[in-house]
Amino acid sequence: MIQFIVNGERRELEVELDKPLLWVLREDLELVGTKYGCGVAACGACTVHVDGQPMRSCSVPADQLAGRQIVTIEGLGGERLHAAQNAWIELQVPQCGYCQPGFLMATAALLAEKPKPTDAEIDAALTNICRCGTYQSIRKAVHRAAALMEARR
Amino acid sequence: MKWTRRKLIVGGTLGTGALVVGWWFAHERDRLGGRDMFRTRQGEVALNGWVKVSRGGAIIVAAPRAEMGQGIHTAMAMLVAEEMDAKWEDVRVEDAADLGIYRNVELLLEGARSQDPGLMRDIALWGGERVAGILGISATGGSTATRDAWEPMRLAGASARELLLRAAARKAGVKQADLVIADSQVRTRDGKPVATFGELVDVMGDLQPLKDVPLKSPSQFKLVGKDMPRLDIAAKVTGTATFGVDVRLPDMLYAAVANCPVFGGKPKGFTLPAGGLPKGLVKIVELPDAIAVVGDSWWKAQRFLNEGLKIEWDKGPNASLDSAALAAEYETLARAASDPTKTRSFETKSATQQALARVVEATYRAPYLAHATMEPMNCTARYGDGRLQLWMPNQSPSLMRYIAAKAAELDQAQVTVHTTYLGGGFGRRAEPDLVRQAVAIAKAMPGRPVQVLWSREEDMQHDFYRPMAVAHMQARPSKAAAWEWRSRLVSQSATGQIINRVLRLGEQGDPDGNSVERPPYGFPAYRQEAVVAKGPVPVGFWRSVGHSHTAFFDECFLDEVALAMNKDPLTLRRELLSDRPRHLAVLDAAAKAAGWGTPAPAGIGRGIALRVSFGSIVAQVAEVAVEGGDIRVKRVVCAIDCGRVVNPAIVRAQMESGIVYGLSAALHGEITIKGGMVEQGNFPDYQVVNLADMPVVETVIVDAPDSPMGGVGEPGTPPIAPAVGNAIFALTGKRLRSLPFKLA
Repeated sequence: MIQFIVNGERRELEVELDKPLLWVLREDLELVGTKYGCGVAACGACTVHVDGQPMRSCSVPADQLAGRQIVTIEGLGGERLHAAQNAWIELQVPQCGYCQPGFLMATAALLAEKPKPTDAEIDAALTNICRCGTYQSIRKAVHRAAALMEARR
Repeated sequence: MKWTRRKLIVGGTLGTGALVVGWWFAHERDRLGGRDMFRTRQGEVALNGWVKVSRGGAIIVAAPRAEMGQGIHTAMAMLVAEEMDAKWEDVRVEDAADLGIYRNVELLLEGARSQDPGLMRDIALWGGERVAGILGISATGGSTATRDAWEPMRLAGASARELLLRAAARKAGVKQADLVIADSQVRTRDGKPVATFGELVDVMGDLQPLKDVPLKSPSQFKLVGKDMPRLDIAAKVTGTATFGVDVRLPDMLYAAVANCPVFGGKPKGFTLPAGGLPKGLVKIVELPDAIAVVGDSWWKAQRFLNEGLKIEWDKGPNASLDSAALAAEYETLARAASDPTKTRSFETKSATQQALARVVEATYRAPYLAHATMEPMNCTARYGDGRLQLWMPNQSPSLMRYIAAKAAELDQAQVTVHTTYLGGGFGRRAEPDLVRQAVAIAKAMPGRPVQVLWSREEDMQHDFYRPMAVAHMQARPSKAAAWEWRSRLVSQSATGQIINRVLRLGEQGDPDGNSVERPPYGFPAYRQEAVVAKGPVPVGFWRSVGHSHTAFFDECFLDEVALAMNKDPLTLRRELLSDRPRHLAVLDAAAKAAGWGTPAPAGIGRGIALRVSFGSIVAQVAEVAVEGGDIRVKRVVCAIDCGRVVNPAIVRAQMESGIVYGLSAALHGEITIKGGMVEQGNFPDYQVVNLADMPVVETVIVDAPDSPMGGVGEPGTPPIAPAVGNAIFALTGKRLRSLPFKLA
């Protein structure tokens, strides 16, 4: 039995200890916004926050989850949209959209740590893969999200 | 009579063209569909086969094309909303049934118009041959969807508007001619509100839609031509968009699959571990070329395939297949003397048969490529009670239904296909493999939905690859009138393979569309030969298909010719396009925006390329640097003429998308085969461009509202590899003739 908090809700689950968080979310909690893309922490589509840190959930086994706070795309921003989501809508970032939850989670974590990231910091933090080529819009949207967050403060 | 075969094919195409065009003119207006064709829910009323209105005022548009990122749902809805004078915020789309009115006629027409060899002609030929069976399919491909939707969906909107006006007139007891619509609101001409669209739902009665209603003239457009916000964005940033892998159904099981790692092999048997099937796993299903494990968790099933089950494979006849050896064979074939009896040829009549004097020649190579969509291949199926339901990210519900019905031995009427969002398509999701597998697995678990998902490794190692190709290029440049251009290209035929896969008709006479797409230049003498290589490597349609490699061959070689002639690459292209004003405008727009002719910044090389594909003309200028031995693409200027533009923001996004997809292939993409198996398995060994590598992309849309409409999903891809290759040469003096580009 593992206890942890997902999007503010306490959850108790009977799962295999080596089951990755990605599959706990998708199969046991039906939180399917977090995506499977590679299974080897290479593409970032499965990025979630574990105690505020961006983690590739395909490579986080369940036995490391006890007592942790998990935030997924479904819980990002809490009651309202996160500034990154607002910026994504404003700049019409997604194309197919499959990789975008991962990018948004990575962006939110970056902005929490660095409210005004430089292009180099964005490059270093957002190593996720997008096959539709939304990178240019993503870069603009990260800067826009930083500005929105500053305005909200 | 060595051209008989070609004439037969062209003749066949023209015959097909006449059939298709005739059918189209006879039935164009029939694509409106009746009010009974669009299924309604409580509180909704259908106005024709494409449009519903709800009491709450929502305008629901049928979207029978796959939304795989290219924005087609938004573009289609814009056409309807434009003619309805609907408020954009009220508009949404819904998955459509597989009905005749939704079939993609443009996919056939595009080919029927062309006498040239090429992909679209082959598809038209195929469609034409199947006239009695499945003429016209609901499909998304060939960058045709907006072109196909342009007439019928505007008509659907205009007809819906007329019907709403009629209903409002009856309700208010006024003359229809005295009413107007703006922003989903019916008013009298003097501005008095009469009804919202939602308020007319209950007064539609048995009014029937008209097929002959006038369409707006372009000067009246309020939405078309504007950057309208996409309809799919909110769902895609909140994690609520449902892709194929996100389908969750009561009692659903999951299946993981191990395909035979060697192409053409099959399972010989398997050995269960001592403990038997682990808890939660319920069945092992043996398929003709794969083993599937079914259970209550995909992760468990996949882990069991990786670590528990021991499968013995019969490797079959391809156990020593090696792409390096194949490449060497292709090279020999490409450089062999011309033998028109053994090749497909296309030429202008003045081409000489003699060896060329004062010739420029070079051999170019392109590797196999995987599609690597972000969402790995999947299909969810439920079989039972004589019915089959599919939930699937796919590019052709008609084909999937056809294949599924055959595989399940049911009538097509018993099969329903629900198309989800596609986490990328790029041609991969028009293939019938997943649906066949899912049906077979679902039949083994009757009554329970089963979600079949491939691991990334299965996805990458069992793709239908962009064919490897080698081309030997020759030119005799001289005074314009004596120009001669030859190419001899060796490659497998994707079209031939896909037709056989879908229809299982056996050999189809080797359609050559995948290998011979033409460059757009008016060479006075021109000969193109295609050697269609046989082979077991599964090949398919990869974004921009034959143009993806032939544009690289043609446009880099043209720069070599320019060098031999001591001409600027832009100047030479302008000369060859002197009688093609649209092409010239695009070329000039890209050159001007990029500053062609001005000195490049220090350490930067510039290259230019142009390609016409899928009805659109695209020119790109790439600026390239070499940093730490790596090729770095810093900036790409892209100009496109795609005729009338429905949504410029989406056109710009598609150009960026096509460029990044092509750039990943140009800089990194390569699938190799050893021992009959693909050597790459996941993103670490099939690298793609990421954010840090992303060049600045600037897109110029050349205004051409009176030109025929072209596609935008694919035409952005072909020019990028040659533009980068030409820029590398400008910077380093090294002419790289193989993809992916490697400096060392």
